[in-house]
Amino acid sequence: MEQLLQQFASGLANGAIYACVALALVMIYVSTDHINFAQGEMAMFSTYISWQLMSWGMSFWIAFILTVIISFAMGVLIERLILRPLHNAPVLSIIVVFIGLLAIFNSMAGAFWSYLIKEFPSPFPKADFGIAGVIGPHQLGVVLVTLIVLGLLFAFFRYTPLGLAMRAAAQNPQMARLVGVRVDWMLALGWGLAASVGAVAGIMVAHIVYLEPNMMGGILLYAFASALVGGISNPAGAVAGGFIVGILENMVAYAGNQIEKATGVYIIGNGEKLTVALIIVIFVLTVKPAGLFGRVVVRRV
Amino acid sequence: MAALLEVSGLKAFYGQTQSLYDVGFEIPMGGITTLLGANGAGKTTTLRAICNMVRTDGTIRFDGKNIRGMATEEIVRQRIAHVPEGRGTFTTLTVDENLRIAAYTRKDKQAVKDELERVFVYFPRLKERIQQQAGTLSGGEQQMLAIARALMLKPRLMLLDEPSFGLAPLIVLEIFRILRRINEEEKVSILLVEQNAALALDLATHAYVLETGKVVMSGPSDVVKNDENVRKSYLGY
Repeated sequence: MEQLLQQFASGLANGAIYACVALALVMIYVSTDHINFAQGEMAMFSTYISWQLMSWGMSFWIAFILTVIISFAMGVLIERLILRPLHNAPVLSIIVVFIGLLAIFNSMAGAFWSYLIKEFPSPFPKADFGIAGVIGPHQLGVVLVTLIVLGLLFAFFRYTPLGLAMRAAAQNPQMARLVGVRVDWMLALGWGLAASVGAVAGIMVAHIVYLEPNMMGGILLYAFASALVGGISNPAGAVAGGFIVGILENMVAYAGNQIEKATGVYIIGNGEKLTVALIIVIFVLTVKPAGLFGRVVVRRV
Repeated sequence: MAALLEVSGLKAFYGQTQSLYDVGFEIPMGGITTLLGANGAGKTTTLRAICNMVRTDGTIRFDGKNIRGMATEEIVRQRIAHVPEGRGTFTTLTVDENLRIAAYTRKDKQAVKDELERVFVYFPRLKERIQQQAGTLSGGEQQMLAIARALMLKPRLMLLDEPSFGLAPLIVLEIFRILRRINEEEKVSILLVEQNAALALDLATHAYVLETGKVVMSGPSDVVKNDENVRKSYLGY
């Protein structure tokens, strides 16, 4: 029972990370119809920035906040300088640019900070935090921090005029222009926010997976899975999808272990977690192509 | 009286295809002007050209200032409100959000609130539906929402693209009554594009007739209404 709870808690913590990256993907997808393949590498690069700031003597949380701000600026700049000129380019050109960005960030991180694996600190106190035997301090901290970030983002989009303008620009850009919204800037802001959310995910997960240029590769796959499961066009769905994928993969691995213990037959275990995630995706896309919470767009012709 | 909008030598292009040739007209301050014409004559394109939503050439003066080539969102900020064909509803936003989006740059929250109340005087039905998702409104309600949203921009000129499209006759009459009130009480000048020529000529003081991208006739509504060609082609008697 205790082991089950532990697995659940660790699934929750992983899920929180997937949720953040999935949300970053969805935020760009809903306003541009493009999946940013470089989202994971941007998050990794941000994580290195925070590591650099800490190694210059800043405290964890100061570095955290500064990194989120720097990442925001980075996202805005990438949109304005690299994607803006490609405004009317065919989808394939944009995909090539995303893959290029992925490679560039990956090798820049390697060049600046080397490919050696680095330890990344956890800001959460070792003792008196977490629930003994159920959830570790870092896992609990990750869940709390991501929930706060997601809550802030939700409040921003739901209750502020700028958030409203961004939603309007994503939903109907032409009409948004006709009510005076500067749609181009809204896209850039969306990129900035996505980069910031990605940075939070990177900084939170680095303590678990260690800091290295390829740290986000697997996580980006999980985030794709989460976004697709939740519905690629629905931000709240992507967040829910993140938690669902995180918890489900751990539960399946746990069930596999229990079966092996009871019968001695190995069917499935920790090694197959990613496989499980991908099977979930295929299953959901087959049964509900728009994702669990996605809206089916019906067009009259 | 001085013209609020002066358009001259206006050409418009979709890609390589030219769809307006040398269109010129004037909208008097405070008046209602209508553009008539068959499908494909260039009515919608003319409205889109004013807001720089197509490639254009020529001059478009608003209140004496050339606005041709300005970005759409900047033209809107000169207080020209465009109610596009198909109503442009933000379907996933609520009615309230659809209206507030038009005032999002304004800092004064109380003023926005007052503005909302003023708009609801014309469209009480929208107030009842304020928290509803706009996509679930009926066609007539969505058209009202589109006009209400345009009003939230505090426009000096409102461009209306077929507000009667796809609506029941009674609803159309209601909307046209409201448009007349808006014109009189809010001092909003209106440029109306309509398929329903009889209705449009009743509402408007001036009319222009477009054919294949050119103005072929213009004048006070009463004169245009009694023109034999207009009667045969657009009024059907």
